[in-house]
Amino acid sequence: MTIALPSTPASPQRKYGVDFTKPVLYGFAAVLCVLIVLPLSWLFFYSVTDGKGSVTLSNFIRLFTDPTFLDPLMTTFIVATCSAVICCAVAAPMGWLVARTDLPYSGIIRALVTASFVTPPFLGAIAWEVLAAPNSGLLNKIFRSLTGAEADVHIFNIYSMEGLIFVISCYTFPYVFVLVANSLDRTPGELEDASSILGGGRWYTARRITIPLVLPALLAGALVAFLQAMTLFGSPAILALPAGFHTMTTKIWSLFQYPPKPELAAAASLPLLVLTVFLLRAEHMILGRRGYSVVGGKYGAPRLIPLHNWRWAAFIICLLVLMLPVFLPYAALFNAAFSPVATTFLTFKNATMHNIYFVLFELSAASLALKNTVILGTATATIGTMIAVIIAYVTARQAVRGWRVLGFLATAPIAIPGIVLGVGLFLSYTRPPFVLYGTLWILLIAFVTIALPSAYQQLQAAFRTIHPELEDASRILGATRLRSLWQITAPLLRTGVIATWCFIFVGVMRELSAAIILFTSETKVISVLIYDLNESGDLGAIAVIGIGMLIITFAVVFAVNRIPGFGQVRFRN
Amino acid sequence: MTFLSKRDVLKGAAALGLSAFAVRVSAAPAAEAITPALIEAAKKEGKLSFYTAMDLQFAERLGKTFEAKYPGIAVRVERSGAERVFQRIGQEYASNIHACDVVNTADQAHCIIWKRNGWLAPYIPEEVAKHFDRRFYDPEGHSITTRILISPFGYNTDQVKKEDAPKSFKDLLDPKWKGKMVKAHPAYSGTIMNSTFQTARDLGWDYLVKLATQNVMQVQSATDTPKRIALGERAIMVDGAGYLVIRNKEAGQPVDIIYPEEGTPLATSPSAVFKDAPNPNAARLFQNWMHSREAQQVLVDFARQYSPHDQTVEKPGVRKLADIKLMKEDPEAILTQAEDVKKRYSEIFKV
Repeated sequence: MTIALPSTPASPQRKYGVDFTKPVLYGFAAVLCVLIVLPLSWLFFYSVTDGKGSVTLSNFIRLFTDPTFLDPLMTTFIVATCSAVICCAVAAPMGWLVARTDLPYSGIIRALVTASFVTPPFLGAIAWEVLAAPNSGLLNKIFRSLTGAEADVHIFNIYSMEGLIFVISCYTFPYVFVLVANSLDRTPGELEDASSILGGGRWYTARRITIPLVLPALLAGALVAFLQAMTLFGSPAILALPAGFHTMTTKIWSLFQYPPKPELAAAASLPLLVLTVFLLRAEHMILGRRGYSVVGGKYGAPRLIPLHNWRWAAFIICLLVLMLPVFLPYAALFNAAFSPVATTFLTFKNATMHNIYFVLFELSAASLALKNTVILGTATATIGTMIAVIIAYVTARQAVRGWRVLGFLATAPIAIPGIVLGVGLFLSYTRPPFVLYGTLWILLIAFVTIALPSAYQQLQAAFRTIHPELEDASRILGATRLRSLWQITAPLLRTGVIATWCFIFVGVMRELSAAIILFTSETKVISVLIYDLNESGDLGAIAVIGIGMLIITFAVVFAVNRIPGFGQVRFRN
Repeated sequence: MTFLSKRDVLKGAAALGLSAFAVRVSAAPAAEAITPALIEAAKKEGKLSFYTAMDLQFAERLGKTFEAKYPGIAVRVERSGAERVFQRIGQEYASNIHACDVVNTADQAHCIIWKRNGWLAPYIPEEVAKHFDRRFYDPEGHSITTRILISPFGYNTDQVKKEDAPKSFKDLLDPKWKGKMVKAHPAYSGTIMNSTFQTARDLGWDYLVKLATQNVMQVQSATDTPKRIALGERAIMVDGAGYLVIRNKEAGQPVDIIYPEEGTPLATSPSAVFKDAPNPNAARLFQNWMHSREAQQVLVDFARQYSPHDQTVEKPGVRKLADIKLMKEDPEAILTQAEDVKKRYSEIFKV
């Protein structure tokens, strides 16, 4: 990085036109500030005012004394902690198996983890309702018919805190898996070889070398899983409410019911925000120490540990685990889509096209929701990628003074949970001068803000692979910075940009927690439509739309993986 | 838009033969027929949005029947629980978004509030003036009762024998029903707002406190509880859309309805046209057609609900409304107590 030229010496050689670099960059900084600072300011302002506008701490006093707020706070904490622990317990061994052993078909395991990664969590939660509702759930029905148990005996009850933790873990463990597997992929084999040469046995090496090297990534994964579980809206709304308890996200959302209490919603959002910022700082500190594992020159590929007789057993165990987030829920959705009643087993005799017909030809809200989703997905992906490219360029090349600030601003939204951002944007844009509520713009702002951090991180990684001397050559020959960016860097970055674009697009389709606060009837998106259908119990229609969503998602992911040299990119969040 | 001249108003009042009434309520509009001019104007608009709390399948069927009759006017159904529809419209109007053409809620109190806010357009279709009892529409024409809903019990006949099924609210407190009941939410559904209010008024809040100890599964919509007992997820439906239990039973699913001894909660479901409707003519055409005999018969035959239209023909299989012991509806009381009902309910049932 230090080879990059400072920006000033190039200026005298400029021949054509004005260099728009700086105004453009300052413009971006300003836009980012507005995106982030405006909603957060209103959030803080509302949290310390009462309905009439005078300053008060009563919202916080109520938040920390009223049991209807304290209970959800405790529940959220328990759910998030348990989910994080389970995710680590499952993802760490699996990540190790895939990255470090001669597990057969490890590519398939990675693909299935990606599949659970891109499955919208709310869809997974609904599918698990079909599978494991205590009485009507398919798994419980199978259990009863196998054992001849009484009608109300069940082995699974998804409407419980355990059920919620389970479903959240199903769709959160990939975050830990990716961090652990990536870290193991990068850990040099030589260190382990050295241990072996010095007489360390295989398991001794694993215990003393490999595990300590990967521990920071695992801890970071635990934190990310905790954050995900804490800020998720869909799964608790679908599973916790029938069980008779709230989490913080569902509680915040319920505060918008008539008569709306935005002050309390703002106050209830702040603990989530503060905790997220705190945990991300902790993650940064832990990951900051990870540098020691890759000191020095180039290392060989990591050495694979032979599993011998355990190879196939391990593979089958991995598949069994992946049945839970992938095979079983998909089968349940398929069953619900074609059977007359969602939890009746599908046979050739009772199969019906009613749900498909209903969604395609009768459900009048579907076409508008689909249109909105496509517009928002395309616009968010395009704008988000553009902003991310430019900021990634500036920070990777350290092109202007203050590049650190831009980098910080681009990653800052990661600390704002979706529902908190939703509340903040709602408070900011339902009032003059920017009345954007009721337009697609407010959703666009929300989605771009949410997508920006991961897009920025992906593209920054892509920039690191392109040596700056190519751009320097272009600039020496008289091109402005923007021109060399356009003619030299852009073509080299093409695959990275396309991949980022696709991932943002897929991300928009599965976003629910901000959209649920910001939508109006004219600006409904598919995820909100599915949520509505769930509230009225129309499982068949959900299954059809959900399968459609999954097909689009997999088409996009598959296409991205076909881009040459870009097989390694996975979702980050 | 159809604005009313003073002459229209007088004509309307004269037609009703109620001059004294005309003095008291000067805005009483004349009843209006579906004229070619209205159809023409509606077709020019080409679409309308219908916010409703009725079951999605029925709402879409109603929309499609309308579209078939008046081709070129697309109906977009926005379905949610009545309380949620109320919240949505309030939120949208607070931000000056006037997207709703016609609304159908299950909570009369909503129309009182919207009327008071001056958001509704007075509009009385001809058939309503002729065939609806006076108690089924606002004399000034701001809202019309479209359907009469009841919230009875329901049960899964595979899981519970007819003779064992609960007969009264009191029976539901029997420990044998613990963990076997499903119930909808008054902060989501207007039907359930009515049923919760009426149950609490007639049996006391104490009753609901006891019911909450029975480990009741809590869903949102009154249209969801009938589906849950049809799935067999719970044996007993404590409240919800009675019409869906009948529909599901007629579709061959193992469910049946129970009218509780203490009385069955009642919710009349009014519709209204918004004054600032983006498609004012299509809105009026739809409101007019929805209360015609044709649409009301779809309500009876397909949706299995009770119609206020005196010329609809009853389809056998449903108990006559007159033969059911009903609880008393009280929109004025809900108007002042809705917030309290929601608050107490969420304290008792924890969500």
